[in-house]
Amino acid sequence: MQEWGISVLFEGQNLFRLVEGLSVSIRIAAVSIAFSAVCGILLGILMTSRYRLVRYGCRLYLEAIRIIPTLVWLFLFYFSLTKIMHFHLSAELASDIVFSLWGTAEMGDLVRGAITSMPKHQTDSGFAIGLTKLQVYRYIIIPQALRRLIPSAINLATRMIKTTSLVVLIGVVEVLKVGQQIIEVSILKNPTASFWVYGCIFFLYFIICYPVSLFSKKLETKWQQ
Amino acid sequence: MDFNFMSASIPLYIKAAKMTLDLAAWGILSSLAIGFVCALIGYYKIKILDKIVQIYIELSRNTPLLIQLFFLYYGLAKMGIKLEAYTCAILGLAFLGGSYMSEAFRAGLEAVNKIQIESGLSIGLTRWQLTRYVILPQAFAVAVPAIGANAIFLLKETSVVSAIALADLMFVAKDLIGMYYKTTEALVLLVFSYLILLLPISIFLTYIERRVRHAGVGN
Repeated sequence: MQEWGISVLFEGQNLFRLVEGLSVSIRIAAVSIAFSAVCGILLGILMTSRYRLVRYGCRLYLEAIRIIPTLVWLFLFYFSLTKIMHFHLSAELASDIVFSLWGTAEMGDLVRGAITSMPKHQTDSGFAIGLTKLQVYRYIIIPQALRRLIPSAINLATRMIKTTSLVVLIGVVEVLKVGQQIIEVSILKNPTASFWVYGCIFFLYFIICYPVSLFSKKLETKWQQ
Repeated sequence: MDFNFMSASIPLYIKAAKMTLDLAAWGILSSLAIGFVCALIGYYKIKILDKIVQIYIELSRNTPLLIQLFFLYYGLAKMGIKLEAYTCAILGLAFLGGSYMSEAFRAGLEAVNKIQIESGLSIGLTRWQLTRYVILPQAFAVAVPAIGANAIFLLKETSVVSAIALADLMFVAKDLIGMYYKTTEALVLLVFSYLILLLPISIFLTYIERRVRHAGVGN
């Protein structure tokens, strides 16, 4: 008897397995988002440095990360670097590293944008009332820059969550791989399984990313003076 | 590194680069068209259509290209809609890029000062003339950097189509690694191929960006 195609999602623990698979990509995204939030802020501050060499160095790093597709970076780290350096890197750790490097670069650029968009008189007034450099950053620049930064940083986070779907291509068992396994198991009795499974994964990503981007849009309109 | 192997593989990469460029060109052109129409629908708040556009944009922006491609290529095939990998790739890129381009155009349209529109109306331009001669030229100038950034983004995203067995740059590199186990050589060539494709575009864009930085009349 031909079953309803959609029933493939509810057989056994299929739906649970998909969500579990998704949690692997989310875990990679979470690790790299946390890492890039911290390192990105440092990079962003370095990018506004007085010293040309420091600025150019950061710029070079950013452009190098940006110009090569993330998938290629994943391949470079997982297949090539490990071969040259003769050590083993698990696919998940390689993904963590690549996404952290990428996130740091993008976050750094956002931070730089937020800092340089600050009117110069803000800093000058700070110095004029005798604040030290650290105090100017702590009490004047950072609080204002944060407001400009947070909506776009959240946007970056959803981009990172979406991009972690690529890790399946270097062999991390995440939601897409689990989906393929489910399809392969049920292909004989349920020929339309792939439609429902991939459709389901599509909506799982949407359910995760949509509220986050909605939140960022809300913050943006709220903080726009 | 095995340089003989590398120089022998270069023709393969050139062929694949053509495929990448071909996909990117069609993807960028169709997403420009989709984005332009969607942005205008959103800007003029055309009833019903603008709700559909909104749903489309949210769906497209909040899901990854890889999943969209798998759904188009493997999912739809089982429901009787069999598309070739090439068609799927362009559809996927257009679906993804359309929303990004739409936001770029939208930002450009919103940047057109209200005074411009009112002045146009007061000298008796029709709605069409107003759009054609006043709004669009200014909106384009503002939107150009974002459009350029999206074009680069789409060109880079084409690397994902190797997952549905299209012979683009990424695919050739994977193939060479699988066949000869020359991992480093294949990937170095891959990196250089992307650099050769993307660097000129990126430099050109920086130049264009500088030219249009002062766009936007009456702000």
